[in-house]
Amino acid sequence: MKKAAVRIMATKMVVGAVLAGGLWGTSLTRAGYPAAAQQAQAASVQVKIDNFSFNPQEITVATGTTVTWVNQDDIPHTVTSTTDAFKSKALDTDGKFSFKFDKPGTYDYYCSIHPKMTAKVIVK
Amino acid sequence: MSDFIKENWNKDGVDRRGFLKCMAWAGTGTLCVVSGGVLKSFAISEIPLIEQGKMKGELSFAQISDSHIGFNKPANPDVTATLQVAIDKINALPVRPEFVLHTGDLSHLSKDSEFDTLDQSLKGLKTEAIHFVPGEHDVINDNGAQYRERYGKGTKGGGWYSFDAKGVHFIGLVNVMNLKAGGLGALGHEQLEWIEDDVKHLKSSTPIVVFAHIPLWSVYPEWGWGTDDGAQALGYLKRFGSVSVLNGHIHQVMQKVEGNVTFHTAMSTAFPQPAPGTAPSPGPMKVPDDKLRSVLGVSEVNFVRSKHTLAVVDATLQA
Repeated sequence: MKKAAVRIMATKMVVGAVLAGGLWGTSLTRAGYPAAAQQAQAASVQVKIDNFSFNPQEITVATGTTVTWVNQDDIPHTVTSTTDAFKSKALDTDGKFSFKFDKPGTYDYYCSIHPKMTAKVIVK
Repeated sequence: MSDFIKENWNKDGVDRRGFLKCMAWAGTGTLCVVSGGVLKSFAISEIPLIEQGKMKGELSFAQISDSHIGFNKPANPDVTATLQVAIDKINALPVRPEFVLHTGDLSHLSKDSEFDTLDQSLKGLKTEAIHFVPGEHDVINDNGAQYRERYGKGTKGGGWYSFDAKGVHFIGLVNVMNLKAGGLGALGHEQLEWIEDDVKHLKSSTPIVVFAHIPLWSVYPEWGWGTDDGAQALGYLKRFGSVSVLNGHIHQVMQKVEGNVTFHTAMSTAFPQPAPGTAPSPGPMKVPDDKLRSVLGVSEVNFVRSKHTLAVVDATLQA
């Protein structure tokens, strides 16, 4: 199992299409654009789900970063926080789920369908 | 490979090498027995089957598992068709099964439409009743509310229950809910207490059949193939002379006998999965199209009153 710390740099990224999971943590501004696209400091990072694992298994991001999970496995998975901080619906292949981490801390999460799949997001 | 136990990792009397050897045999309908530390194997056909004349008073039922209605990837683009082959297979049995057990993962994504399609297919199954237990794919998003609405009438808690047939006590368990991060299948405190209570007044000579989705014994914990508190449930059944545990989840046949307990897992009607440790993960395994039906199947189970083990015959969907 791979462990990699990913240092996020402030980049402007538009969050991609989101399926069943819905969009956590982002809000529409008065102009109707997703907040992440408006703020120059907003950052986003992707975690790929494949082969019954989250890759990278451990990531470190700055507070305010939106993490997007993409299921590239051929079986459905969920992204479930161990502390109820966030929980996606079932993501089938190509399904996506996003969550904006507004508070620093360590967020352990797993797949509620296949609980042996564990990972974490460290927010600084 | 020696037949003697060398490494007893899980303290269950089966070492990894011997287990894998045994497992390789199981796919062809073989029973492996651990006796005094020595592995022995028997072809299923060696287990005395019921003669036609002796069918009266005995019990015959079938087990299907892991239909995964809604799955449509290369490993099997048409799971409804292969389920139909399984149904046809059961309907063609010389003796009509009294009932059919479905050991879970009825659907692939717990969707309404998937359950609907399954129900439509099962209408053609010639049997008196179908008894279900959920798989982890049946309780996504809603903690199993939809599953219980459709298949869990009269069940307790997450969907567990028991019933009797011809003097055999059947216990349907749910070990796919409230799973903890990094854990295996789980029965939970409430269900364990219910099991203890459920069997309390039964005579020790009552044959017991437990059915649940995830194997109750540690088949391969690295892939989540086991139940964290399964041993506790089996502890309540220690005094019974004959206990059979029927599971699904792993999409292949695996058998083990330990004392009075026989464990058996069924093939899926949808897609096969790799043998433990032979692939990076336990996902759907693509096989050549003309081989698919030979790795999917149903189980026919006969109960012979004078014998301690159920006679289980695994039949593939190959014509």
